[in-house]
Amino acid sequence: MSYIIDRRLNGKKKSTVNRQRFLRRYKAHIKKAVGEAMNSRSITDMDKGERISIPTRDISEPIFSHGAGGHVERVLPGNKEFISGDRIPRQGQQGGAGGGGGGASDSGEGVDEFVFQISQEEFLDFMFEGLQLPNMVKRRLAGNESFQVVRAGISNEGTPGRLNVVRSLRAANARRIALTSSKRRNIRELELELAQEEEKDLVLRDQRRIDALRDKIADLRRRVDRVPFLDDFDLKYNLLVRQPRPRSRAVMFCLMDVSGSMNQATKDMAKRFFLLLYLFLQRSYEYTEVVFIRHHTSAKEVDEEEFFYSRETGGTIVSSALKLMRRVMRERYPASEWNIYGAQASDGDNWNDDSSTCHKILIDDIMPHVQYYSYVEITPRDHQALWEEYESVRTLFPEHFAMEQIVDVQDIYPVFRQLFSQKVSA
Amino acid sequence: MLDTFTTGTNAPESESGGPISTNSEWTFELIQEYDRAIGELAEEFGLDTYPNQIEVICSEQMMDAYSSVGMPVGYHHWSFGKQFISVENNYQRGLMGLAYEIVINSNPCIAYLMEENTMTMQALVIAHASYGHNSFFKGNYLFRSWTDASSIIDYLIFAKNYIARCEERHGLEEVEAVLDSCHALMNYGVDRYKRPYPISAVEEERRQKEREEYRQRQLNDLWRTIPKMGNGTEEAVERRFPEEPQENILYFIEKNAPLLENWQRELVRIVRKLAQYFYPQRQTQVMNEGWATFWHYTLLSELYKRGRVTEGFMLEFLQSHTNVIYQPSFDSPYYSGINPYTLGFSIFTDLRRICENPTDEDRQWFPDIAGSNWKDTLQFAMRDFKDESFILQFLSPKVMRDMKLFCISDNDRENEIVVSAIHDEDGYRELRANLAGQYNLGNREPNIQVYAVDTRGDRSLTLHHTQHRRRPLGKDTGEVLKHLHRLWGFDVHLHSLNGDEITASYHCPEQGRDRPEGDEESMLVPKPI
Repeated sequence: MSYIIDRRLNGKKKSTVNRQRFLRRYKAHIKKAVGEAMNSRSITDMDKGERISIPTRDISEPIFSHGAGGHVERVLPGNKEFISGDRIPRQGQQGGAGGGGGGASDSGEGVDEFVFQISQEEFLDFMFEGLQLPNMVKRRLAGNESFQVVRAGISNEGTPGRLNVVRSLRAANARRIALTSSKRRNIRELELELAQEEEKDLVLRDQRRIDALRDKIADLRRRVDRVPFLDDFDLKYNLLVRQPRPRSRAVMFCLMDVSGSMNQATKDMAKRFFLLLYLFLQRSYEYTEVVFIRHHTSAKEVDEEEFFYSRETGGTIVSSALKLMRRVMRERYPASEWNIYGAQASDGDNWNDDSSTCHKILIDDIMPHVQYYSYVEITPRDHQALWEEYESVRTLFPEHFAMEQIVDVQDIYPVFRQLFSQKVSA
Repeated sequence: MLDTFTTGTNAPESESGGPISTNSEWTFELIQEYDRAIGELAEEFGLDTYPNQIEVICSEQMMDAYSSVGMPVGYHHWSFGKQFISVENNYQRGLMGLAYEIVINSNPCIAYLMEENTMTMQALVIAHASYGHNSFFKGNYLFRSWTDASSIIDYLIFAKNYIARCEERHGLEEVEAVLDSCHALMNYGVDRYKRPYPISAVEEERRQKEREEYRQRQLNDLWRTIPKMGNGTEEAVERRFPEEPQENILYFIEKNAPLLENWQRELVRIVRKLAQYFYPQRQTQVMNEGWATFWHYTLLSELYKRGRVTEGFMLEFLQSHTNVIYQPSFDSPYYSGINPYTLGFSIFTDLRRICENPTDEDRQWFPDIAGSNWKDTLQFAMRDFKDESFILQFLSPKVMRDMKLFCISDNDRENEIVVSAIHDEDGYRELRANLAGQYNLGNREPNIQVYAVDTRGDRSLTLHHTQHRRRPLGKDTGEVLKHLHRLWGFDVHLHSLNGDEITASYHCPEQGRDRPEGDEESMLVPKPI
């Protein structure tokens, strides 16, 4: 007797735990690979999975085994030309052909790398591991896209799928009791009467009365039976209502200097930084918007394409971008509803007297409303006035303001990690 | 929710007429019908099997099953994850096809069929696993005496739950460390000569409690440091501990390691039990696969003879079958050792030939078998042998010629490799003996035993490796010793002996070179008993 069982619907992810254990154990390797990948990747596939390779030596599970040497007799298949007594010169360790001794069993060991793919999600997990978004996330009721379906008692109307059987039958039972109680009381009384009548002596018995009583009882019984077991208005349904759900949403302002002093390479670095920030925000918020603002002497809100690729040159007035950001914030992203993040990239060049304006706008109008503002200066040169002004902003808002310097591509990821590294809460 | 189909219910009318199916799509009804047809044939041929449980799974589940070494319920460990990842990678990149089947030595015998297989493949797997392997598990003496098919699933559940509880209580890292160390020594956690008791989950849990207390008492006795009161005569007879060398290193650790906690000992025990469960499989690979291959070939050919399967079916089947028993020759880039399927299949097939159509050569080589009833002879060969003895007994000159086997002798003291025997009259016996030796686990794995424990001194553990034809230990040895050291808790020494002469020594923690060598040697050289 055989049993044939369809197990295809059973869980498929039996090995997930073991896979996780494996990833956990080789965290260090994977992190290193992720860090390297961050620097070498093109910007558009920043958030794909990644091939991770670990030296086989590091993950091998050692067991006692024989090493090369000693006297080994080996039986091999597929003899073509050998006869007993043939002598074969020993070849190098790797010699596979010609029956070179140690061949099959232990060649190639320790050379290979154990290569495997981690998914996008795992990749991002490792990428942002240990990082946190500073400052509390505001949750607001906004928009009407997100609802949560919750139970809200019982209703008389609904779809058959939501029928509440227990409540329906309970209602039917109550209705039946209510509709038939007087009749059943009547029946009981009549039956009593009938019994009394039937107990009387045969002579005294009034047969016509007995028949009448019987008829009456039968009639009442029929009427009781006519009350339906289940009626339309007995049906009760579970009521579900949609409750709007608070969503967290964020807007990220990318501010970039596109003046003549910023070349394509510098812009590329800025873009990588913005992208990292964007991915990071996306993980923390259900909904993220991005506003691109670029500026030279005047600022302009642009789409992504234009932001990164159009060429314009001119002088630099950083405050123009900040002013635009302030305006957009006021018009479209009230701080009561949005988590606002600012990220600014620049090479540090600015009109000298403009830096103090920047300082003022930041302190008065921007910093009080944003969750976090980060500034990266992409330059191998010394800092200029803007850096100093921003430093003073940092001292005023140490929790919400961060600034770092990036010299080349290799710095981006470490700087990013540094900006968002988990702070030990007091 | 499981859909269970039971064979035997609404049996189709077509008793022996016509092919069972004509296209390659499978359905549960067809599987059921094939199973019934194959089952009836198997009975005709005298195969005795456990009841079958055939489970249809998808490829991902197959990979799961793969990576847990075929255990249907496995405890969690990163090494299984590693296995899974590499299987998954290779499969996704098309580097390897998944095995068509996995079969578990349990009662009922569980066989997995993959969803993606064609009807022909499903029938092949049913014949191979559910009747071939199954009857081997039930019949072979090693499986009969060393594993208990009815209780293994229970035990695996016990093990999984116990390990999960330990992880909760002692942390993942702690448990993982112990398991790592145990896995490294898994091949040395086997009793080769004693029959273990059957294990069952409930019993196991009850006994586990008892063991906990008992062990602690035992240990305390062994490691007692309070001097005994008395006249001191006992001191004179310094007993070596253990009195005899111990081959089951994990067992020795479980019972005697001074520092292990009770739960750690239990983990050692679990790994040891699993090793014991897999031990027969490691010793009967050629026989087991050969037997199953022989029977899927025989059963399906018989079905064809009786007109129950079509030509198309047979063509597809034969193609898979030839792939399975393909043996690349030694100089092929695909060569990776002797294919156990080929070797086993060839021997069993030739055995049948010897019984049915013996030649003079066969009469000379196998006087008892030539001309006998082939079913009885094959049953005998399956029941009472393991790979080593099976090859030694039944490898016929014809198979050696067909496979063109030859033997090379590779002695590191000589400059050239010598072809010591080929498939000719002079070479058959040597060839056969050497091939059998190749399947002797005792030769394949280094022979390492617990030799002594310094119970009075630094509690160090000394192991001896007895060399087989001067073969040295591999380069992982130091790593394994670290694991052993973790379990033992004190210094561990391993001496590799050729005869009475120590040719290499390994220590953990590693010893500096500054220690005077002569001193150390005189202390550690064993006196021949």
